[in-house]
Amino acid sequence: MKNRLSRLGLAFVGAAALGAPIAANAQEVKTGGTAIVHMISEQRTLNPALRASTGVYNISGKIVEPLIDKSYDGYEPVLATDWSSSEDGLAITVNLREGVKWHDGEDFTCEDVSFTAMNMWKELLNYSSALQANLESVDCPDPLTAVFNYSKPMPLELFVAAMPDLGHPMPKHLYEGTDILKNELNTAPIGTGPFKFVEYERGQYVMAVKNEDYWREGYPYLDRIVWRFIKDKSAAAAALEAGEVHESGFIGVSMADVERLSEDDRFDVGTKGYENNVAHSTVEFNHRNPILADLKVRQAMYHGLDIDYAIDTIMRGFAKPGRGPVPSAGGANYTDDVKTYPYDPELAKQMLDEAGYPVGDDGFRFKLRHRPAPWGEYTQLWAEYFAQAMKEIDIDVEILTNDAPGFLNGVYRDHDFDTANGWHQFRSDPAVSTMVWLRSGQPNGTPWTNQFGWQSDEMDQMIDDAASELDPEKRAEMYHEIQKKAMEELPVIFAIEHPFISVTSKKLMNHHNTPRWNSSSWYDLWLDE
Amino acid sequence: MKLALPPILIYSLRRLVQAVPVVILIMIGTFLLLKLAPGDTVDALVGDMGGADAQFIERLRVEYGLDQPVWVQLWRYMEKLATFDLGWSFVYEQPVSTVLMDRLGTTLLLMATSLSIAFTVGVALGAIAARRAYSLTDNVISTLGLIFYATPSFFLSLMMMLLFSVKLGWLPVGGIKTIAGFYTGWDHVWDVALHLIMPTAALSLIYLSFYLRLMRSSVLQVADLDFVRTARAKGAGETRLMFHHIMRNALLPVVTLFGLQFSTVLGGSVVVETIFTLPGLGQLAYQSVIQRDMNTLMGIIFLCSIIVVIVNFLTDLLYARLDSRIELA
Repeated sequence: MKNRLSRLGLAFVGAAALGAPIAANAQEVKTGGTAIVHMISEQRTLNPALRASTGVYNISGKIVEPLIDKSYDGYEPVLATDWSSSEDGLAITVNLREGVKWHDGEDFTCEDVSFTAMNMWKELLNYSSALQANLESVDCPDPLTAVFNYSKPMPLELFVAAMPDLGHPMPKHLYEGTDILKNELNTAPIGTGPFKFVEYERGQYVMAVKNEDYWREGYPYLDRIVWRFIKDKSAAAAALEAGEVHESGFIGVSMADVERLSEDDRFDVGTKGYENNVAHSTVEFNHRNPILADLKVRQAMYHGLDIDYAIDTIMRGFAKPGRGPVPSAGGANYTDDVKTYPYDPELAKQMLDEAGYPVGDDGFRFKLRHRPAPWGEYTQLWAEYFAQAMKEIDIDVEILTNDAPGFLNGVYRDHDFDTANGWHQFRSDPAVSTMVWLRSGQPNGTPWTNQFGWQSDEMDQMIDDAASELDPEKRAEMYHEIQKKAMEELPVIFAIEHPFISVTSKKLMNHHNTPRWNSSSWYDLWLDE
Repeated sequence: MKLALPPILIYSLRRLVQAVPVVILIMIGTFLLLKLAPGDTVDALVGDMGGADAQFIERLRVEYGLDQPVWVQLWRYMEKLATFDLGWSFVYEQPVSTVLMDRLGTTLLLMATSLSIAFTVGVALGAIAARRAYSLTDNVISTLGLIFYATPSFFLSLMMMLLFSVKLGWLPVGGIKTIAGFYTGWDHVWDVALHLIMPTAALSLIYLSFYLRLMRSSVLQVADLDFVRTARAKGAGETRLMFHHIMRNALLPVVTLFGLQFSTVLGGSVVVETIFTLPGLGQLAYQSVIQRDMNTLMGIIFLCSIIVVIVNFLTDLLYARLDSRIELA
């Protein structure tokens, strides 16, 4: 019991860190200096219009700007100034900012938006090619107006929600007529952002310097940003402590170090600034296994999981129980009015007995082969906890450890698993993220999609309808229904939702002040030294 | 000795001819072995990105040539290799030869320094320990050697980092130079040297223990042999005895070890390079496995196999020099 209480105490520390206000800057802003940021892995490309990934945005976000960004007050105009939709939802008009220049001095115009939308967003960008499948053309009635024409209604809400991640225009004059995928600018981006790309030394760092001609007058404050690649998490923690690195995001250090550094008053540690990057820790079932195809078995397994215990021990309090495919950061589309499965091992055992799986001679009801995703500390520990919890209700779980390509093939292509777990990010809107988890008919081998052999015509219909519903209120209701159905039928257990965690030196000012801060432009970031 | 040159030349040529099929076999074997690993570079990439749709994945596979059967891929690769074209790295979006050359300098610097220090100091300490066998000096040296031998390199590296960077603040945590320091000339050299102190120390301490232990036992063994007794009876002084008679013979197994370890130089030290984020070949090899960057990995292996062949050849030459009973044939 004492142990449990101290864990609750920890959870409280976590919650406090979550709500900790950013140092109010009554102080005068200092300009200049170099901010140094830890990156755990290298990036193959730095072009956000070719690759939708937080690892890319973490760097490219300072150099290349999106049309629209997200702030704590809602959607914020960046390269776009305002946007509207036609009555029938077939045309979306976006007005563009005047006087914005690319880093090479050319003007930013609608031609750039049109070129990028048709050649990159629609054709080449992951997630976006599905989103923009019905995009017919982008017209430029004048240089600062872009009209997106769709063949099927596109909800304005969905369009806007997608723009911060999937709406980065690239310079047409530098890409037109080249092989877009082989263009050298993909690793040396030219954008309109507050910082200009300088160099990418493989295995070492990326550097960007202040853009003197930035369109926001008086910004940015910093002279320079350096991203240092440090693969080893302990070495990264040492670099933070030695003052060689100012920030490490996306849980770039081990949880033990997160906990230790959260008690060090040189650092701000918390989940603020990741509201837009919430991920779920899951349990995925292979419904081709007749045992797991039985709803009662899946429900019993959910009852066998002590979610609160896992949150306190594995995530050290930096997490919440999941309530289906939409996390609580999902805004109006989220509801917590769904069926839940409180921890009750006795009930779980009883349900398994009823389902026709009594304990056998070997002490187990049945055996499962489980594949944990190899990324992040949470997924490994959550897999171990899962195996342990299942043992409590007499299910034998064998953990098959594999690296990333092995995991993706084992689960999503070869379907060689009974259960699996991973973490999967929610990206602002269910239509561009978690719905692929439930929608059937995904081509075999597509990672992080419904490869579980679960199919429901009703669910497929609900997902398709919600994606093209124009009325935001009706749309939200439809997502609530989807969430409810997902919690009743449990194709996947969305067990725990957790934002990522940053460790930030207190020398950095104005940090984590937007819900996708690590991906944002940092124009107002400054260094107090 | 009068006919020394021609036999060496013939010997060298024969070794060269033998080396070609060896390298080809290594490359084919490695290629097939790597293809056995589950998943390819597209899977690894998609894993990094957090997801992609099916068309995107399909298009990448076609672009990378991964949609072809393994035999076609192997043939294409070997064809290119025959012209010393190591191919294109899809992870770094650069030719593999450029990627390798970028990393080669760091690794050579690190490994050459560490191995030289380890070899010299290890041989010296081993000889001293053997001459004073079972004394306090020997016990101290042997115990320290055992400790370094038993310490995992990641642990030693992290402990050094904790002490010298975090607590004392004397040395930089990692990297090859101060980024955004913009040092030039001697300042740059000094900066790089500072960054290399800890990784070099960590590596040499671990290698050193091998040489120390081997040298100690080897000297002890040789010191008991008849020719040493004869030399002593002839009135050779202890110093001359040690350097001229014992060490020269005791060095044979140590040179074998040196040759073996030098062969792995290009592989670098994966662990030490990763922890200290040195942009060397070891770190590159590790990344390439994780990312399934076949071409880069094959490039590293190609380079390594050539080095192994060369070093083996040089070791054999050195053997003949150290021990005149060995003939090159």
